Amino acid sequence: MRRLVTDTLIIAERNLIRLPRAPELLIGFTLQPIMFVLLFRYVFGGAISTPGYSYVDFLIPGIIVQNTAFGGFATALGLNEDVRKGLIDRFRSLPMSRAAVLGGRTLSDVATNTLSITILLITGVIIGFTFHTSFAEAAAGFALLLLFGYAFSWFLAFLGLLVTSPESVNSVGFIAVFPLTFISSAFVPVASMPAGLRDFAEVNPFTYVVDAIRHLWLGAPAGSSVWGAFLWSLAIIAVFAPLAVARYRRAAGQ
Amino acid sequence: MSVTDGPAIEVRGLVKRFGEVCALDGVDLTARQGQVLGLLGPNGAGKTTLVRVLATLLKPDAGTARVLGLDVQREASALRERIGLAGQYAAVDENLTGLENLTMVGRLYGAGRSSAKARGRELLERFDLVEAAGRPTKTYSGGMRRRLDLAAALVAKPPVLFLDEPTTGLDPRSRLGLWGVIEGLVAEGTTVLLTTQYLDEADRLADAIAVIDHGRLIAEGTSDQLKDRLGGERLEIRLDDPADLDAAVSALTPMSDELPSTEAGLVRVGVRERRGAIVEAVRRLSEAGVGVDDLTLRRPTLDDVFLALTGHAAEEAREEQERERAA
Repeated sequence: MRRLVTDTLIIAERNLIRLPRAPELLIGFTLQPIMFVLLFRYVFGGAISTPGYSYVDFLIPGIIVQNTAFGGFATALGLNEDVRKGLIDRFRSLPMSRAAVLGGRTLSDVATNTLSITILLITGVIIGFTFHTSFAEAAAGFALLLLFGYAFSWFLAFLGLLVTSPESVNSVGFIAVFPLTFISSAFVPVASMPAGLRDFAEVNPFTYVVDAIRHLWLGAPAGSSVWGAFLWSLAIIAVFAPLAVARYRRAAGQ
Repeated sequence: MSVTDGPAIEVRGLVKRFGEVCALDGVDLTARQGQVLGLLGPNGAGKTTLVRVLATLLKPDAGTARVLGLDVQREASALRERIGLAGQYAAVDENLTGLENLTMVGRLYGAGRSSAKARGRELLERFDLVEAAGRPTKTYSGGMRRRLDLAAALVAKPPVLFLDEPTTGLDPRSRLGLWGVIEGLVAEGTTVLLTTQYLDEADRLADAIAVIDHGRLIAEGTSDQLKDRLGGERLEIRLDDPADLDAAVSALTPMSDELPSTEAGLVRVGVRERRGAIVEAVRRLSEAGVGVDDLTLRRPTLDDVFLALTGHAAEEAREEQERERAA
């Protein structure tokens, strides 16, 4: 157990050291989300009606949740690269904890997500976003985001080990993440969607998380969103962590 | 745990299948402690599969494998502390510096941060990478990466080292450099299992050679023993006109106990007696009216051995054709 913790931290540290040296990744964590915020705010913002909120207040929780999901791409791409380049073989030939490679990956995503959420919040505040709740509630929202991002990293870890190339990580990942985030309450009110989409949006984990963040940051009615988001996060971890570990053993065993 | 006096590597009846393909088809192999065992074979012969089983990365379907007396399956975690693996893919993290890579590996072996770093510096010095120590390894040349990969395998001073085609794809100069490094390790008593498809590499580095093809061990012995199996000196004659091949073969056959082998304008023949062989061959060929472009007398090479054992050459290009024909 001690081995698991130290080895996980060593791998997480390795992933974080790499970050500033792979500028394309760093741009993904920083500039790209800022670009999305500005595009949505100024291009779509005037056309989308969000009763009760200014669009920027409505938008920021949604776009931050979407961005948190994308944070896990570092895990998917990184694991994929480690398998292709044989680094996984090296790790498996060492007397280290078997779960640490995946655990370290997903853990380092929490750090990068903290960074990009902070950048997005600062950007949001500059263009007019305001918290309507107490500091404790805002912080709870931040923590929930990190938990959800962590859970989603396990899904993407599984994906990264499943497909054979970084190109397919990107295409399969985008095909999975874009519908999930767009058919949710992230960018438009669910009530404005046609019936079929609305049904999907209402059970979509992203809707739960976005609504939970709106409750914790803007004081929107909570409904079942906070518990729903929490349970969805745990469920995603419970399903995809074992799947990813099983896949890791197989991918490395070939 | 004390290191046993038994063999460093002991493999019995090892079988590994991937679907239809039988990568290892009942391999038996033994390496003494301190020995360099060269596992020689073409691409796809099963060399990498065997190394992966021994390095605890792959479960065999049948048979047993012990390294330093430890079973590769049941005692895998104890074994991992005593082996080093360097592969043909140079498994280092491209975005970490050389020193960071070695420090990370040291810590994953359980060393503290500062002692892992000290060991890393020591290895960088030894592998002539000090100047590049602070640079991300993606800026390294192929030869530097292989050296770093090898250094990573040595972090914990393992008594047994697996080198899977350590010089494949390297330029001749880097190859020579790496050979020197490996010879240095051997001098310190490390047991090395080295896979290679290069005969000169096996010839130079290995004390004993095991030839593997299609997942089976087809010969074992020292380089000299294997060459002796082919008998004495060999005469190699390049003809002026490839059309004279048949005439040349019938002229030379009386000189040898075996049938000469031929290949586009080239005749190879084992001779009974070194003395006078060249003169006799030239006389016989000129009597038969065959023009000679070049003629050499030499000891058999491992290439000849390989050809004789497997019916095909070891080098990659020819193996590629072999596989295409099989497909």
